[in-house]
Amino acid sequence: MSKATSPKIELSDIKKSFGSKIVLDGVDLTVNKGESMVIIGGSGSGKSVTLKCILGLIHPDSGSVKIDGQETLDLRAQERDQMMKKFGMLFQGGALFDSMPIWENVAFGLIQGQKMERGQARTIALQKIEQVGLAAKTVADLYPAELSGGMQKRVSLARAIATSPEIIFFDEPTTGLDPIMADVINELIVDCVKDLGATALTITHDMASVRKIADHVAMIYEGKIIWTGPVAELDNSGNDYVDQFIRGRGTGPINKHAGFKTV
Amino acid sequence: MVTMSHISSTPLKSGQILNLPRLICQIVGHSILGFLRSIGALSLFVGRATAHCFMPPFFPRLTLRQFIDIGYYSLPVVGMTALFTGMVLALQSYTGFTRFNAEGAVAGVVALSVTRELAPVLAGLMVAGRVGASIAAEIGTMRVTEQIDALVTLSVNPFKYLIAPRLIAGTLMLPLLVLIGDIIGIYGGYIVGVYNLGFSSGNYIEQTWDILERMDVISGLIKAAVFGFIVSAMGCYHGFNSGRGAQGVGTATTYAVVSASILILVFNYILTEVFFS
Ligand SMILES: Nc1ncnc2c1ncn2[C@@H]1O[C@H](COP(=O)(O)OP(=O)(O)OP(=O)(O)O)[C@@H](O)[C@H]1O
Ligand SMILES: [Mg+2]
Repeated sequence: MSKATSPKIELSDIKKSFGSKIVLDGVDLTVNKGESMVIIGGSGSGKSVTLKCILGLIHPDSGSVKIDGQETLDLRAQERDQMMKKFGMLFQGGALFDSMPIWENVAFGLIQGQKMERGQARTIALQKIEQVGLAAKTVADLYPAELSGGMQKRVSLARAIATSPEIIFFDEPTTGLDPIMADVINELIVDCVKDLGATALTITHDMASVRKIADHVAMIYEGKIIWTGPVAELDNSGNDYVDQFIRGRGTGPINKHAGFKTV
Repeated sequence: MVTMSHISSTPLKSGQILNLPRLICQIVGHSILGFLRSIGALSLFVGRATAHCFMPPFFPRLTLRQFIDIGYYSLPVVGMTALFTGMVLALQSYTGFTRFNAEGAVAGVVALSVTRELAPVLAGLMVAGRVGASIAAEIGTMRVTEQIDALVTLSVNPFKYLIAPRLIAGTLMLPLLVLIGDIIGIYGGYIVGVYNLGFSSGNYIEQTWDILERMDVISGLIKAAVFGFIVSAMGCYHGFNSGRGAQGVGTATTYAVVSASILILVFNYILTEVFFS
């Protein structure tokens, strides 16, 4: 496959177990350049683990992860450091550096990764902080522990997009935000894809946000992607699991006690 | 793998009592394998971390901060330890040596024991408690809260950013601390000798200089460098591989201090053997 036509992210048959618990049981997923893919699925179904497998933070037991057509699982450490420059990631828990003030958190990728001069990096960081709906003047010099959970999440989002990466992962970007702020963040994610041409992979439980930001949707269940398609087809997917999930019904094929298969 | 699942999945039934010797062998074998595996993992980690100390990019600001954290802030602890060790050493050896009419050896015994043995080992142990624990807790917390993962996604290698500065600072600062400890320890012996045991000040100093050779001090400083490396490496290793949650960090901290202390004692013996036999 030539580079021009290869998808941005291509997962095939990713498997991962922790101990005897099978979390991913053959995940296949393709995300094309400039596309916004949203992954939905029950709590604990392995969505965050999938993202971490793509980033190489968790090493899958088997399968293949291709970025721009290049296999990444057997990369050497230096090549991997290099590849990481393409990525930005908003962690579900924020993962802000608690020993640094907010602006330095946001500017971290610019200063350390891109070797940008500190003053210039600070200016960009302040812009990004404004973009996620925070008053840069008041929060820039505070420490992460001094912010509320939702504010931390937005700082973390600012950090993920600060280096204008080609591929951005958002792990539950709107969880813990009020509806208005959630909408601001949704807009921001759409802007990243539309204006900056980034490829986005978002995890969310918030159906309003799915409809707003997704081009394509994939649903994960019992360690596999059981449905994927354009967001327009979400309502008539013809898949009982998807139907139950997007309508949030307590009864249906998805059992609320659904456990994990074991080895 | 077979032995492992056998142990975990089958409880001991009465019919299996005859199998007890086999079961014991399995358990012993399994723990030996586990031990060897962790030694392998540790060596790999230390090798990788050391390599990163010599490969750019370097983080001079962070290394400087570790110099201050590890070196400067350990000074009171190491100083107090050395002072009282020197003092008690003078007192004890005086009691012993008067029985052989060999009071003149007190100054020499204090100088040699402090520089060759006590300053490096005690400083190493104190720093293991102070610095090893805090390194493990800090890096462990960063692991648990995904800050280390975040570093990776921001294209910064955690080995270079977190671990190399601590290893460098540990290895370079402990000899410096011990050198200061040597001076304070000998001075402690001098205080007790002169003000308590009735030595003349000039005599005590002369006896100290007479007996002390360059190699005594240098061997102690080399020991200190090794101990400093051990303390930092154990703190980093256990923190970096910390289990989940607050409990994981707590366990990592304990392991860091205990393993560093034991390794210090083991390497102290090995190094003494190398230097003086
Ligand atoms: N490092 C780990 N060690 C052991 N088990 C893990 C680890 N990381 C994740 N798991 C397990 O994998 C499963 C999937 O976790 P994951 O975080 O991917 O869920 P999720 O789909 O993101 O859920 P949520 O929507 O609640 O965030 C969980 O059962 C979790 O316990
Ligand atoms: Mg998750």
